[in-house]
Amino acid sequence: MKIAISATGKTIENLLDMRFGRCEYFQIHDTESGEIKILDNKGQNASGGAGIAASNQLIDEKVDVIITGNLGPNAFELIEKSGIKAYKCGNIDISSVLEKYKNGELEEIKMSGPAHHGGSH
Amino acid sequence: MNIAVLSGKGGTGKTTVSTNLALALKANYIDCDVEEPNGFLFIKPEVDTEEKVMVEYPVIDDNKCKSCGACVNVCQFNALAKVKDDIMLFQKLCHGCGACQIACKYKAITYGEREIGKIEKGTARDINCSRGILNISEPMAVPVIRELLKNLSDGINLIDCPPGTSCNVVNALKYADSAILVTEPSEFGLHDLKMAVELVKMYNIPFGIVINKDDGKDNIVKKYCMEEKIPLIGTIPYGKDTAVLYSKGGVLYDDLHHKEIFNQLSKAAKEVLSWN
Repeated sequence: MKIAISATGKTIENLLDMRFGRCEYFQIHDTESGEIKILDNKGQNASGGAGIAASNQLIDEKVDVIITGNLGPNAFELIEKSGIKAYKCGNIDISSVLEKYKNGELEEIKMSGPAHHGGSH
Repeated sequence: MNIAVLSGKGGTGKTTVSTNLALALKANYIDCDVEEPNGFLFIKPEVDTEEKVMVEYPVIDDNKCKSCGACVNVCQFNALAKVKDDIMLFQKLCHGCGACQIACKYKAITYGEREIGKIEKGTARDINCSRGILNISEPMAVPVIRELLKNLSDGINLIDCPPGTSCNVVNALKYADSAILVTEPSEFGLHDLKMAVELVKMYNIPFGIVINKDDGKDNIVKKYCMEEKIPLIGTIPYGKDTAVLYSKGGVLYDDLHHKEIFNQLSKAAKEVLSWN
């Protein structure tokens, strides 16, 4: 199973980034092979639709689970339709995030957070 | 002669300056702060025409679409996404650039139109007034601003701009021959004024500064104008009488004391912005 986590850095000591669309990296942890893949979030530099750009990237990677702080309305709609499960977590280090997920302690995201329009740039 | 009135910081008095200067100069008043146009609250024109502002969005023919995702990849605005075997559209993010139609090998994309706002025109006190209104929850204001400013009439047009230095202001400035920057003598006012000055300088048009809520002292904005050699058009004193008139939605120009202030400002503006 592939788990994508919005992160502030590239290692499991780094913290989870509460932002989905504008996080710096996605860490994709493959629970079967133990491999970690680091993605630069394309949404970070998008003038608009950051959540959509980030989602598109994770859908392409065929992830099964996303762990982040909040999902905006567009990203939520997209991720829900693509059948990926999303979970909410605080900004703790990635190894603890994985631990919490394994123990079933994370809450599933069933509703989107507020939209952040970067203005009409 | 199109004069843009801008500020950087919000709430410094763009609308106060542009509505009253329009009256003093018998100029046309154009409110292009389309996200929150408030000039009509004061001038109260009778609106006689209303036009819709439309933008394009892609319509995907499901019979022709093979869900290849070429349209998703080419979209620079993230308005399209591929989910399983379906293409999802986020209408409000579309800029109508036409790239997805070109990228589609199956000719599955055409364009529809939708309304994002409107333009209202009317008259009050023998001056022509117009404004753009962006519908609630629409993120893109530029198409409304362009529609509003593309056919300005001859004579003097006072363009009441949005606050800040975003695309909305950049687009409004494209139509201006000169600019008046309204600010207040506070740190925030000065900070944002500096950004507005930087922006206006890129257009190579004459501009000057009006200080609203002026304390009458040798304040930070006056110092800045001196140092940067930017002409100070004039000041509007900080006074309770101004605030009371404003709070009632009154026109400052109707009050004798304020009438004098704005007549003075319009005279000085003509000199600074050097128009004939």
